[in-house]
Amino acid sequence: MVTAAEMLSIAAFEEGHHAQAFPSFGSERTGAPVVAFCRISDHEIRLREPIMNPDALIIQDPTLLRQVDVFAGLKKDGFILINTKNTFEELGLEDYVRDWPANRLCTLAAIDLGLKHVGRPVPNVPLLAGFAALSGKLELESVCKAINAKFSGKVAQGNIAAATEAFNLVLARAKDLSKEAANA
Amino acid sequence: MLKQIEGSHAVAEAVALCRPEVICAYPISPQTHIVEGIGEMVKSGEVKNCEFINVESEFAAMSVAIGSSAAGARTYTATASQGLLFMVEAVYNASGLGLPIVMTVANRAIGAPINIWNDHSDSISQRDSGWIQLFAETNQEALDLHIQAFKLAEELSLPVMVCMDGFILTHAYERVDMPTQEQVDAFLPPYEPRQVLDPADPVSIGAMVGPEAFAEVRYLEHEKQMRALELIPRIADEFKAGFGRDSGGLVRGYRLDDAETVIVAMGSLLGTIKDTVDEMRAAGVKIGVLGVISFRPFPLAEVRAALKGAKRVVVVEKTFAVGIGGILATDIRTAMDGISILDYTVVAGLGGRPITKKSLHALFDKAVHDDLPALTFLDLDWNIVNKQLERERQKRRSGPVAENILRDVGSSHVAQHS
Repeated sequence: MVTAAEMLSIAAFEEGHHAQAFPSFGSERTGAPVVAFCRISDHEIRLREPIMNPDALIIQDPTLLRQVDVFAGLKKDGFILINTKNTFEELGLEDYVRDWPANRLCTLAAIDLGLKHVGRPVPNVPLLAGFAALSGKLELESVCKAINAKFSGKVAQGNIAAATEAFNLVLARAKDLSKEAANA
Repeated sequence: MLKQIEGSHAVAEAVALCRPEVICAYPISPQTHIVEGIGEMVKSGEVKNCEFINVESEFAAMSVAIGSSAAGARTYTATASQGLLFMVEAVYNASGLGLPIVMTVANRAIGAPINIWNDHSDSISQRDSGWIQLFAETNQEALDLHIQAFKLAEELSLPVMVCMDGFILTHAYERVDMPTQEQVDAFLPPYEPRQVLDPADPVSIGAMVGPEAFAEVRYLEHEKQMRALELIPRIADEFKAGFGRDSGGLVRGYRLDDAETVIVAMGSLLGTIKDTVDEMRAAGVKIGVLGVISFRPFPLAEVRAALKGAKRVVVVEKTFAVGIGGILATDIRTAMDGISILDYTVVAGLGGRPITKKSLHALFDKAVHDDLPALTFLDLDWNIVNKQLERERQKRRSGPVAENILRDVGSSHVAQHS
C-alpha cells in the first residue's frame, strides 16, 4: 500500500511533476488497515496535512468497505479503483456510484495479475498501472520506471508484465466505454 | 541530481557523501530507515573507510560515538524519542567534551502514553544539553543540513543535532536535489580534530573539574554556541555558493514585509503554515511567517529584527512545557524583550495529531482579531478532557487516564486513520 503511493510519486516525478507520498503512520502491525497518500502537482508541495478530500481513491482491500468509511471526503466524481474480481454492484456500491461518471470507476482483479506475473498475491503494481490508465494522468512508461526504481531482476520484470497487462485492460475498458457513449 | 526518494534515504545518502568514518546506531522508529540505508551502503562498499557498529542500546550508541569521535573519526548516529532519552547522560558528555558528533533526531513524541508519532518533545527535551539543534523544513533541507552540520560541528568542536519531523519528513517521498561527491568534497574538508586520542601524542580527555574551573569550561561551551550564531549563516552562504540553493541559516522569513501578524514555527509545519498564509495574504490580511532553523543557539537578534515591526506574534509549537506552556514561545518572548508586541502560544500536533490548513485558518483568523487566549491547544477535544475530569471528580479509583480516554474515543480512533 505504502509502496504503491511511493511508486505513484516516482512515476509522477518521472513525468516532471512535483509529488509527495506518505503513509498514514497508523498502527505498525501487519494486517492493520493502512492508508497512504500521494499528492501530485506542477508546483512545489508544501502542505503536510493528510489528504482529506482526495481526487482519486484506490482501494486495495475491498473487505475494508464494510469496516470503515473509505469514501469519506472523496470528491464528487473522483476516480475510484478497487482491487476486486467483483463489480461495483456486487460490492453493494450501486447506490453510492449511481450518478458517478462511468469513466471514473474501475474494478481490477489485481491480486490475480500479481499471482500471474510475480507469483505472489501483490496487487500494488497492477493497481498503480490501472490507475495510470484510468486517470490518464500517467504513462505506462513512467510506471515501469517507478517499478525499476523499487525492484530489480525477475521481480521487476514480473511487475512490469503485470503493470502492462493491467494498464492495457483498463485502457481497453475505457475505450469500450467511450464507444458505448458514442453509440448511445 | 533530482531524485524522488524517501526522506530517510535522502539523509542516508547525504551522510554517506560526507565520508563518515564511524556510524553507530540502534534502531527506533521513525529513525530506522536512515541508519538501515547507510548500513546497506557501508556493507555494499559504496561508503568506504567507514565502520558501521551495531550497538545494544542508544546509550551504547552515543558512548561509542564519543569514543570514536575522540579517536579522531568523523562520527554519525541517529535516534528518536525514548531512544534519545535513553542516551541522555552520554548526550551531555558529548557536548561537554566538545566532540563534533552529528546526530539526526527523527522527531517523535515521548511517552507515556507511548506514541510513535511526530512532535518535537524529544529534541526539545535536550534544549539545554549543549548540542546545536537545527530544524529542517523539507527533506531537501534535511539532507542539506547534514552536510552543513559536519562542517559546523568540526569547525567549533561541538556536536550538532539535525532535527527532522518523524514520519512527516522521514517517511515522505518527495523530490530532492542530491549533490555530487565532488560538490560535497569541495565544501567539507576532511576532519581535522581539535583534540584527539593519539598514541603518538598522548592526552587524556574527560578530566574531573572542580569548582575552581567548572564554570569556565561551561562558559566556553556557551561561547562556542555564540560563535555558532556567526558561523551558521556563513556556512549557509558557502553552501549556497557551492550548491546553488538556500538551506539552513538561523531563521527564514516569509512574506514578512508589512506583516502585522507573524506566525513563528519550526520544521515541516512551516509548509502548511505558508500555504495558509498565502491564502490569507490573497484575502488582504497582512500576515507573514518566521521559521526558526537554529533552535540552539537561539538567534535572539535575528528573531528580534524579524519581529520588531509586527503587532502580534503567534508561536505554533509541537511541544510544550507541562506546568507553564510554550518553550519556543518563551525564547521568542526573550527576543522581543522591551518591544511591545502581543504574543500568543499555540501547542499543536502533539503525538502526530495532523495540523490542518483548516484549523490554522480558524486559528490565524482569531489571532489577527486578538481573539486568542495566551495559550491555545489546537484542536483539543474538550469533550474528552471534560469527561475524564468528571470521572475523576466522581470516583476516587477513576483508573488510568489513557485507557479511559481510549475507551471513550472508541472506534472513532480507527476511523480517524482511515
